[in-house]
Amino acid sequence: MANMSFAQALNDAHKLEMERDPNIYVAGEDVGVYGGIFGVTAGLLDQFTDKRVRDTPITESAIVGTAVGAAAAGLRPVIELMFVDFIGVAFDQLYNQAAKMKYMFGGKAKLPLVMRACCGAGIGAAAQHSQCLEAWFMHVPGLKVVMPSTPYDAKGLLISSIRDDNPVVFLEHKLLYGMEGEVPEEAYTIPLGQADIKREGQDVTVVATAQMVNLSLSVAEKLSGDGISAEVVDPRTLSPLDEETILESVRKTHRLVIVHEEVKFAGSGAEIAAMVAEKAFDYLDAPIIRVAAPFTPVPFSPTLEAEFIPNEDKIIQAVKTVTGNPNVA
Amino acid sequence: MSLTNEQMIGMYANMKKIRMFEEQVAELFAAGKIPGFVHLYVGEEAVATGVCANLREDDYITSTHRGHGHLISKGGDIKLMMAELLGKKTGYCKGKGGSMHIADLDLGILGANGIVGGGPPLASGAALASQYQGKDLVTVCFFGDGAANQGTTHEAMNLATCWKLPVVFVNENNMYGISSCTLNSMCVADIADRAAAYDMPGVVVDGNDVVAVYEAASEALRQAREGEGPSLIECKTYRHKGHFEGDPCVYRNEEELQEWKAKDPVLRFEKKLLDMQVLAREKIDEIKDSIEKDLAKAVSFAEESPFPDPSEIIEDVYTP
Ligand SMILES: Cc1ncc(C[n+]2csc(CCOP(=O)(O)OP(=O)(O)O)c2C)c(N)n1
Ligand SMILES: [Mg+2]
Repeated sequence: MANMSFAQALNDAHKLEMERDPNIYVAGEDVGVYGGIFGVTAGLLDQFTDKRVRDTPITESAIVGTAVGAAAAGLRPVIELMFVDFIGVAFDQLYNQAAKMKYMFGGKAKLPLVMRACCGAGIGAAAQHSQCLEAWFMHVPGLKVVMPSTPYDAKGLLISSIRDDNPVVFLEHKLLYGMEGEVPEEAYTIPLGQADIKREGQDVTVVATAQMVNLSLSVAEKLSGDGISAEVVDPRTLSPLDEETILESVRKTHRLVIVHEEVKFAGSGAEIAAMVAEKAFDYLDAPIIRVAAPFTPVPFSPTLEAEFIPNEDKIIQAVKTVTGNPNVA
Repeated sequence: MSLTNEQMIGMYANMKKIRMFEEQVAELFAAGKIPGFVHLYVGEEAVATGVCANLREDDYITSTHRGHGHLISKGGDIKLMMAELLGKKTGYCKGKGGSMHIADLDLGILGANGIVGGGPPLASGAALASQYQGKDLVTVCFFGDGAANQGTTHEAMNLATCWKLPVVFVNENNMYGISSCTLNSMCVADIADRAAAYDMPGVVVDGNDVVAVYEAASEALRQAREGEGPSLIECKTYRHKGHFEGDPCVYRNEEELQEWKAKDPVLRFEKKLLDMQVLAREKIDEIKDSIEKDLAKAVSFAEESPFPDPSEIIEDVYTP
């Protein structure tokens, strides 16, 4: 075990996988000399040369599209989109080309590619550099969507994503890059489609993703002092979604709060809520509550951005409502 | 087409204003008063200044993430800009946009832009509106060397010539898109050469020579305004600062920076005007003092202004 940051854990995953498989290449804007805007690809250029670590022009459509073509022709691209907000420039190559190729071709194609991108608000980067767009990707059959919340998960999930033979969208909340944790030095995998119970509890299930997992854990700790036992479930992979782990938790706690940073309307939580309503309605003792961003672009000003991002108070309020516990202030 | 002394002094004062504004922003950023990213225009002042000196108030521009110089040159109010940079309610965008999204539609400024290559299609669109409505307005599209490789830029240029739109594409070739040097990101020496692919005129100018920029823009804008269609001007320049404030600049060397600093567009024009005796030392000091005063007012206005109230978050998403 070693103590590393989320960014270092991702870096390590790249390094170990590239050492193992010569068909893996990394490409994207500023991934080489600069080592990635958030340092995730630091040192890879020196170790693997510019054949395998490719600084690209500013050309997202071609970065994604060449990865799709290269994957179909036998390579395993791991590309960095920098900010997920830039997917708009390149979306066709991802959702019409990468996601559908296998199916349209009658099952013949294999598309082993990973598109990494940072997401999320909290650094004042404003409307076009702060979004959480996981629901967009979840809505496309053929894509897998991964969203880790800890350094340990980041490394194991990235290795699994790289080894997966499908296009994987790997979303990294930018506030997590500096988060530290214990991470095995060797390569290991965490299966895609397997949620993790980050904290066990009896009274309410809180399903949260990325940075919201950390907020929810902090809330759970505070609530335990008020006699409320919250179970925090991190899906880790939004597509495929580990329905069983979520359902099992809800069958135990009978209450569900979903927390994510995307806008609430048609966000990933809508799918989770609908799934639970369909499959565990009889177990629910209270309406499901989603804590999520308002239906607005991400505002710049600190006062507005703070209002945009779900916070501990809003999560506590939601838990209080579903548990009906007046002790919770 | 020769410039009057008054026009030249005006251009000098504008460049100086951009330079001093950016230095002030750098200071405020370092003091932690500006959230997010700021991309400064230091070293490139001659481009926006020379181009916009040809524009009317109702002409349009599209800008980039490095937009402060464009905004100032198109008549933007530095008080409202500064307030926006600090995220204040009194700013150009009520604090909702920040540096990367400052806009003033009343001045034809269709916004800075957080998306590289986001501006060119908008520019062709604004030009379409003017052509469609029979107005003799032009649109200038500022875009970087990095943006020159985006598909959107090429699509916008192709459509502009197909429809003979009154738009001038002004490329600010500062040799880098973050760490990506043009030597690696493209295989032509001159972005202006790409104009041929769309059958529009393409010229290269010294982007650190404000008069050269002015003259090239003047001709391109005349053509656009008179219905002869779009063109491309490539201005060779350099940014003195990092890509954003805080950039360690590992991708370029000190020698190169010093070489370009020796060609500083503001100092160069200042020297030229002194040599030509268009400007006297006292006048330069006067200009500087007056900018300093305006800047001090802008900063105190921004600092004293309130932040938006959290309840304002849901306003302005839709037009009722
Ligand atoms: C679509 C998109 N891709 C990438 C970025 C990240 N980014 C912001 S500015 C920039 C470099 C732009 O270079 P250039 O167009 O030359 O403008 P300069 O910064 O040199 O003024 C990059 C890659 C972005 N904002 N939008
Ligand atoms: Mg550039």
